[in-house]
Amino acid sequence: MSAITQGSSVSEATAPRSSAILISIKQNRGFYGAIVLLVLLYLVYNLLHPRGFTANVLIANANESAVLCFVAIAQALAVVTGGLDLSVGAVMTLTNTIASWLVRGEPWQIILGCLVTLASGTAFGFVNGLIIVYGRLQPIIATLASGAVAMGLALLLRPTPGGDVDGDLGWAATNSLRDLFETYGLFDDGEAPWLQPIAWFPVPLLIIIVVVGMVWIPLRRTVTGRTLYAIGSSEGAAYMSGLPIDRARLLAFTLAGFFAGCGGLYLAIQTGVGNADISQAGVYTLNSIAAVVLGGISLLGGIGSAVGAIFGAMILRVISFYFRVLSIDPLMQTLVEGVVLLAAVSLGTLRILRVKNRLELFR
Amino acid sequence: MANTVSLPKVRPDDVPVVISAGFVVVILVLGTIYTLATIGTAPLLTPNYLLTQLQTGSFLGIVAAGMMVVILLGHIDLSVPWTMTAAAMMATYVGGDLAIPTGLAVGLAVGLFNGFGVAYMRIPSMIFTLGVDAVMRGLMVMLTGGFSPRTESTPLMKWLAADKILGIPVAVFVWAGVALVVATILGRTAFGKMVYATGNSESATYLSGVRTRRVVVGAFVISGLCAAVAGMLLAGYSNKAFQGMGTPYLLPAIAAVVLGGTHILGGRGRFIGTLVGVILIVLLNSVVSIMQMPDAARQVIYGLVIIVMLLVYGRTARVTS
Repeated sequence: MSAITQGSSVSEATAPRSSAILISIKQNRGFYGAIVLLVLLYLVYNLLHPRGFTANVLIANANESAVLCFVAIAQALAVVTGGLDLSVGAVMTLTNTIASWLVRGEPWQIILGCLVTLASGTAFGFVNGLIIVYGRLQPIIATLASGAVAMGLALLLRPTPGGDVDGDLGWAATNSLRDLFETYGLFDDGEAPWLQPIAWFPVPLLIIIVVVGMVWIPLRRTVTGRTLYAIGSSEGAAYMSGLPIDRARLLAFTLAGFFAGCGGLYLAIQTGVGNADISQAGVYTLNSIAAVVLGGISLLGGIGSAVGAIFGAMILRVISFYFRVLSIDPLMQTLVEGVVLLAAVSLGTLRILRVKNRLELFR
Repeated sequence: MANTVSLPKVRPDDVPVVISAGFVVVILVLGTIYTLATIGTAPLLTPNYLLTQLQTGSFLGIVAAGMMVVILLGHIDLSVPWTMTAAAMMATYVGGDLAIPTGLAVGLAVGLFNGFGVAYMRIPSMIFTLGVDAVMRGLMVMLTGGFSPRTESTPLMKWLAADKILGIPVAVFVWAGVALVVATILGRTAFGKMVYATGNSESATYLSGVRTRRVVVGAFVISGLCAAVAGMLLAGYSNKAFQGMGTPYLLPAIAAVVLGGTHILGGRGRFIGTLVGVILIVLLNSVVSIMQMPDAARQVIYGLVIIVMLLVYGRTARVTS
C-alpha cells in the first residue's frame, strides 16, 4: 500500500504530464472505454472482412456512419445539459426534405441551398431552446411535441419520397478526397503529388472532423460552453455562480438543431432524395440516445463530450457491419443490437460495487 | 371527480385537469361547429360516436395508466411498444385458455426485468427500457421470422376488444377496470403513497424506511402488465397480432400523462388527469381527421396543442438556488 502511494507520488513529481493523462483517463472512463471498444471492434472487423484495411471499406463505413454521428452530436449537446432532445430525428428528417428541394442547380444555388438547410435546422433548434428556456418546459416533453411538428412539416414538404439533389455533390461528398477534387477539377484533378499521402481519406470523416473542430472545440473553451457542463452537474450551483444559464441552454438546443441539420443535409446529399419517413426519424432519435450513452456521456448531465458521441455512433454502426461480414441472419440484428446496448450500459453498474453508503445510490 | 370543477377553489394539482377538461369541451364545440357548417349535422355529440371514441381510447388509456405510475417515480418506460406486441404475439401464438395468462406473464416478466435494471442496477430508465424494447423486438422478429404470426386471436380476446354489453363496448369496461385498479393503488394504498414519495425524493423516502427499490420494481410491473393487457386487446380488436402494433402508442401515452398534469420528473399528478389527457388526445385525433386534414397537418396541430397547453400550466419553477 505505502509502496504504491510512494510510487505514484514519485511519478507525479517527475512526470506531471503522464499523471495528468492518468487523471484524465480516470475522469473520462466512459470516453476512453468507447475509443478502446471502437478500435478493437473495427480492427477485428477489418481482419474478418475479405477486403479489410482498404480505403474503400473505410469510405463505405464512414458514409454509413456520418448521419448518425451528426445526430448523436446533436443529442450529446442536449444530454450534457441534463436534458434530452427527442426531436433530433425529426429535425434531421425535416432538413433532409428541405435539402431535397434546394440543393440543386447552379453552384451558387447549391451553396445557398446548403446554407438555407443548415439555417432552418438551426432555427428549429433555436425555437426548441426558446420554448425550453423561456417557456420553462422540460426538454424531453417539449421536444417530443416539437418533434411532431417537425415531422408534420417534413411530410408537408415531401408527402412521398423524391427530389433531385445535385449528383456531382453526392459523388464528391461520399468518396475519397481524390474523387472530391477530381469532380471539381481542383489540384490537377486530385493527382497533385503533395496530396497523394492523404488522397484516400474519406470525405464524410473529414466533414465531421471539420464541423466538430469548428464548432465544438472552440465552444468548449468559452464560458457559455463550460456553463453547459455546469448546468448538467448542478443547475442551482451554476445559477448561484452567476453563469449564463439561459444563454447556454438556448445555445445547446440551437446547436443541436444545427447538427441535426448537418445530418439531414448529408443524408440528402448521400441519398439524392428527401424522404419524410416517420419510423426512420424515430430510429435515429433512439439510436442517438444509445450512441450518446455508449460514447461515455452521462444521461444525468455534466459528463461527456460531442467527440464521445461520435465514437458511440460509430460503435453502433460497426456492430451492424458485423452482420454482413459474418453473414449473420439479419433477423438477429435487432436482438444483438439490443443485447449489446444493454450490456454496455450494464457496465456502468460496476460502480455500485464501490458504493459504501447505500444512500449514495439514490441521488 | 366532476365536483372538483365546481369547487370555488381549485387545488394546484387539479389545475391541469380542469384546463384539459375545458379543452376537451372546446374541441367538441369546434368540431360540432365544423360539421354543422359543412354537413349540417352534429355527429360528434351522438352517444354512438362518443362510445366509439372511448373504445379507440381504451387501448391508449390502459397503456397510459401504467405509464403514469412509472412517470410518477420520475422514470419512463420506453419498452411499452414491444411489450404490447410481444404479449399479443405470445397470446395468439399459445392460443386457447392459456392465451391471456401467457400475455400477462410476458408483461410481468418485462416489468420485473425493467424494474431490476432500473432499481437495482441503477441504469437510467430511459436507456434501459430502450434496450429492453430492442431486445423484445429482436426476440419477436426471430420467433416470427419477420412476418406477422398467422394465428388468430382467441374468441375471448375478440370478445373483450370488439364486442358490446348493453350497447357499451366491452373494451371500455376493461379500461374502466384497469383505471379503477390503478387509481385505487395510487390513491388508497401504502404502495401508492410510496410511489409519490419516491418520485419526490428517493433518498428521503429510503431514509424513512421505505424499500424504494421494490417500489420501483412494482411500478414497472404495473406498466408492463398494462401494456400487455392493451396489446392483447389490440390483437383482439384487429383479429391478430402484427409487427409494430404497439409503436403508435408510446408517444401519445407519454403525452396523455403529461397533459393530464403529471410532472415528467415525478412526484406530482392525479390519475383523473391521465384519463382526461387520454380523452383529449383521442378526441383531438378524431376531430382533426373528421376535418379531413392531411396526416402532416395533423402532426403539426398535435405537437402545437401539446406545447401550448403545457405552456399554460406545465411550466417548472425558475431555478433560483
